[in-house]
Amino acid sequence: MPNFKTRILANQEIAPGYWRMRIQAPGAVAACRPGQFLMFRVQLSLLPLLRRPFGIFRTGFQPSDVDGLPPVEYLEILYKVVGQGTAMMSELHQGDRVEILSPLGRGFDPGQPGREKILVGGGIGLVPLFMLAEQLVADSKVRLLMGGRTRDDIIAITEFERLGVETYTSTEDGSLGEQGLVTDVLEKKLDQVADAEVFACGPMPMLEAVHRICSRHGVPLQVSLEALMACGVGACLGCVVKGAGHSDENPRYLCTCKEGPVFRSEQLDWSRLEKTDSFCEGCKQ
Amino acid sequence: MKVSLAVEVAGIQMKNPVMPASGTFGYGEEYAPYIDLNNLGAIVTKGLSLRPKAGNPTPRITETVSGMLNAIGLQNVGVDAFIEHKMPFLRELNTPVIANFFGNTLDEYGEVARRLDAIPELAGVELNISCPNVKQGGIVFGTDPKAAFDAVNVVRKNLRKPLIVKLTPNVTDITEIARAAEDAGADALSCINTITGMAIDVRTRRPKIANRTGGLSGPAIRPVAVRMVHQVVQAVKIPVIGVGGISTAEDALEFLIAGASAVQVGTANFVDPDAMQKVIDGLERFCLEEGIGDIRTLIGSLEGQ
Repeated sequence: MPNFKTRILANQEIAPGYWRMRIQAPGAVAACRPGQFLMFRVQLSLLPLLRRPFGIFRTGFQPSDVDGLPPVEYLEILYKVVGQGTAMMSELHQGDRVEILSPLGRGFDPGQPGREKILVGGGIGLVPLFMLAEQLVADSKVRLLMGGRTRDDIIAITEFERLGVETYTSTEDGSLGEQGLVTDVLEKKLDQVADAEVFACGPMPMLEAVHRICSRHGVPLQVSLEALMACGVGACLGCVVKGAGHSDENPRYLCTCKEGPVFRSEQLDWSRLEKTDSFCEGCKQ
Repeated sequence: MKVSLAVEVAGIQMKNPVMPASGTFGYGEEYAPYIDLNNLGAIVTKGLSLRPKAGNPTPRITETVSGMLNAIGLQNVGVDAFIEHKMPFLRELNTPVIANFFGNTLDEYGEVARRLDAIPELAGVELNISCPNVKQGGIVFGTDPKAAFDAVNVVRKNLRKPLIVKLTPNVTDITEIARAAEDAGADALSCINTITGMAIDVRTRRPKIANRTGGLSGPAIRPVAVRMVHQVVQAVKIPVIGVGGISTAEDALEFLIAGASAVQVGTANFVDPDAMQKVIDGLERFCLEEGIGDIRTLIGSLEGQ
């Protein structure tokens, strides 16, 4: 299905500035793996020119509008309105035609069955963790640690809970859950849990802190990154990040779209990742 | 009515005049899941250097109005890895393959040319003397007629294959460089490469890409490219390949009518992996509608000169 024209099934604001879009996508359920992403063409005109990358939140089936027809297969994205592209997306309605390139990139490795799984989401970075949680709850205890600046940044928590995921929330202003950073919650959890694996997606400073904490506890970590990208298929080389062993003399860049967006933390050179880059879905778009 | 889209550029026979612009199509395999590569007039691969090149720090790209600014910095696998790992895929295609390349020094230009010349399945090469995003690797050779002559000359001495030279628009008079390349033995020219530009984040007051400046591409640059192709076509006898902001058949037709013998599609591939197929289909449709049996009759058909 890689590049296809389709239509929007629903597009709703779920929290101030946060939107959920359901897109008809035949074949999506079988094709998408947790952690993969899509490229969304906002308009068929030249503004904005480039497609926008979004983590795939979930796939599924909904009943057809027409009696007797089979259920309609869909995929869903959650996005935050932060720029021209996402603002235009929020103006789209059910039935509007859109163009999608999906699924793209490498997803999460589900890790060892039975081992406790801790998911860490920061704001809209929670998006790629949902399909992962759906997969992991089959054979592991799964906890979600979800952080945001305010309560408005805490989205879709009840959907994780419905899967049987134990959820913890923290906000920087204390308007929901514990006051503080989600990484403080992670630190405490890892002090209590002997054997766990961590999966994280969120802003770069959060991911760096998660990496430090997991390294200290000797816990395996996978992170989902997002970078500015033009093509999404490994051709433009616009979305690279510095890999482990990178040096000015021997540079080693990894392509976020093709070799990622999910990386094992030891694949990356954390000391040299661009601090100015923002990797969470929807940022700068 | 049967329409012929076939063209010939520098001795390279193409089933149609549409090929990707170097740097926007990887080594071909990246887009194989999305487009039938055998439908293209030719494939032009990512620019190669003698040794692998890592490219520039990030952020490397940013979007501008109807365009994008990039400073990838010629990241590539190097000519030897290209031969070992990329050619096996490319040699299976039923489409001419043109390898783009560059060097840091005249010796390197000569050496890469020699290695590429030894690949029998390569239909030709495209010499980059025009990348604006690295200190070495092109622009110094592309902005001075004497340096351009020397670069093309050293490549010509090491190359029997068809030689296309890609020109930069970042000069006062592109026809001077075009003539220098022709005099030094180029078989064809492609113009234009990206236009040096800059974008600033007004909140951080920093450049939006780490290299500060980058190459502007996309629909925004098309009128500049059409103008330059028109100028260059008047100035030289060798064929010219038009490139710069082409995303539809009508865009491509502008270049052909201005005198280009073929076209390259760049940024549009990122926006729509099917862009080149749509251009090819659109050219055929246009010829049918206009009663044109052979697309070559359109080349250089500009009226009112």
